[in-house]
Amino acid sequence: MLKHVAGILGLLLAVNAVADTVYVTLEKDNALAVVDGEAGTLIKTMTVGQRPRGILLSKDGSQLYVATSDDDTIKILDAETLTEIGQLPSGEDPETFAQSPDGTLLYVSNEDDNQVTVIDIKQRKVVARIPVGVEPEAVAVSPDNKWVASASETTNMVHWIDPESHQVVANTLVDPRPRGASFSADGKQLWVTSEMAGSLMIIDVVSKKIIKKLTLSIPTVSEDKIEPVGVVIDAAQQWAYVAMGPANRVAVINAQTLEVEKFLLVGQRVWHLAFSPDQKRLYTTNGVSNDISIIDLDTHKVIKSVAVGRYPWGVVSRP
Amino acid sequence: MNQLFKYFFIIGLLWVEIQYSVVADEKQKISIVFLSQEKQVPAALSNLDAFIQHKGFKGAEMAIADNNTTGQFTGQYFELKPVIVPLGESVLAAFKRHAVDSDLFVVNVSDNQLLKLADLDEAKNKLIFDAVSRADELRNEFCRNNVLHLLPSRAMRADALAQYMLKKRWRKWFLVVGPTEDDKRFAQALRRAAERFGMDIVAEKQWLHTYDARRTAQSDVPVFTQDVPDYDVLVVADEQGLFGEYLSYRTWLPRLVIGTQGLIATAWHRTHEQWGAVQMQNRFKDYAGRWMEEEDYGAYLAVRAIGEAATRTQSNKVGAIKAYLLSDEFALQGYKGRPLSFRRWDGQLRQPVLLAAARSLVAVAPLEGFLHPKTELDSLGYDQPETLCHPGE
Repeated sequence: MLKHVAGILGLLLAVNAVADTVYVTLEKDNALAVVDGEAGTLIKTMTVGQRPRGILLSKDGSQLYVATSDDDTIKILDAETLTEIGQLPSGEDPETFAQSPDGTLLYVSNEDDNQVTVIDIKQRKVVARIPVGVEPEAVAVSPDNKWVASASETTNMVHWIDPESHQVVANTLVDPRPRGASFSADGKQLWVTSEMAGSLMIIDVVSKKIIKKLTLSIPTVSEDKIEPVGVVIDAAQQWAYVAMGPANRVAVINAQTLEVEKFLLVGQRVWHLAFSPDQKRLYTTNGVSNDISIIDLDTHKVIKSVAVGRYPWGVVSRP
Repeated sequence: MNQLFKYFFIIGLLWVEIQYSVVADEKQKISIVFLSQEKQVPAALSNLDAFIQHKGFKGAEMAIADNNTTGQFTGQYFELKPVIVPLGESVLAAFKRHAVDSDLFVVNVSDNQLLKLADLDEAKNKLIFDAVSRADELRNEFCRNNVLHLLPSRAMRADALAQYMLKKRWRKWFLVVGPTEDDKRFAQALRRAAERFGMDIVAEKQWLHTYDARRTAQSDVPVFTQDVPDYDVLVVADEQGLFGEYLSYRTWLPRLVIGTQGLIATAWHRTHEQWGAVQMQNRFKDYAGRWMEEEDYGAYLAVRAIGEAATRTQSNKVGAIKAYLLSDEFALQGYKGRPLSFRRWDGQLRQPVLLAAARSLVAVAPLEGFLHPKTELDSLGYDQPETLCHPGE
């Protein structure tokens, strides 16, 4: 009887949650891990290129873009077969990048050259190189395609690039070593993390001014271990999540009140985050413990950790 | 039509030129003097590492470029003025000559000269960034409130090594001290660390240079290390590198060497790759054509600290810059995974210390488990309650 109930419950759960596939870059294994997001199991790992870091899914969901930093390129993989179908001229040592809302352009940070490279994905050609501050890392495109925001780690600024003219038209000084940047779904806010100050800044896109700064702190963790990196905001703008690096936690932030609600303990040195397509789950890459954590977003509980390989870095999910 | 276009084009160019010069004139200028005295090339054990004059200058230059990249967005312009003092000439005179040029000095001079510089009347309202010294005395009884120290003190280095030895349970030390005054100072820091971390110096010997044609490293070191009680690890203080490299593989008992040779404690090392350090190593090598030395890192941080303070305060005044550097807001990114800041009690830059072997980074201190009520970084070196620095009293 009990078995039956459990079976039916299992079935119900399976029907409710939408299955997805999670792709994780493994910086030290030169590989890509493929995980069943719903079951929380590793399906396989495959060699992808040297020092893979940033990863994105194309807007139509058919391709994966993977920055293989030590190959100085961004590889295009067929999302179904995971075979390489081309490469993009990313410039040296590509790490993070963002897509234009229509999926035609890629904006790549080139840390060593202090510039953002704009690539036409279809043509596989460089369209522009935009000089920015020292060591640009985080890059994000606003949903209305009005702004490309590039944050430079040593200059400590967000550079506001006009995608039409490819010019930096405004700058916002932020806390030291900005690492993550995401626009809210309505395009009105840009959320930026500072690794060195342990803070999260919410910038008003119109005025380009910081409207709220949250200094993240946890009583049991020393201040200098709080080094936020990745930040994501859900489509409904209810919740935002910040990966806190060596503090080994994800901060859950109410996106309406802009206050921290709780901290979730995940694996060690958590850097990047990705939603499942239905936004029911959040995946975190934990670089030092070599796993990803799966967070259930209805209950805000960590439900599973999946060992994936050495130095998991970037993560995306696909239906 | 074509002609007309050209005409407009030239007008346009002129316009851009005018705009640019106006902007350049309006920029706030921050001048920094890099003061360095030429050094006598010291005797060396081998020709593997070439002697580098004016260490730090390339680091300072790179930081100026970084500051100016930021400056183009903040309307500030940073200028680095190198002042190179030839061997035998007076550093003090050079400082006085250039006192009008800037209030901010990054210096690579001897410990004695640094103290004399800081005490000059002309230096009263200056801020001196010491990019090279390790002296604990300059951070304690001889500290000056117009000096900031960028590199870890000898005490910080010794504590970093001691933390690692405690973690490895290498409690019994055989301390070998070289003949120079600096070696004795580092030995003193090591003794302090041994006491702090409950280590036992079971034997201590001074290395004497004797010149006898029949003696070689191969025969000398076993004899030198033979007649001592059993020990876990040989701890060496040889800052100039006159004999320390001879010790490894040649001791009577098979023991590891740690200190100034073997496993060393340093602010920067070519094996360091974490926390964005790879970018820094690559950028420096491209720029200078050699690996970044500790002193380059010190000078880089000094100029970056000035840049950070000037950007945040939008000021080129030494008072505002100094106040910001010593405030809680100041957090410098130094490629070591933690924000760096200055200890208010002695002007020492708080920072992790790397423990490096020739080709591998072994650990980064403070090690896990060495706790501190404020920041674990203050488990290295002289903490506030211990400081002998009380300027103005």
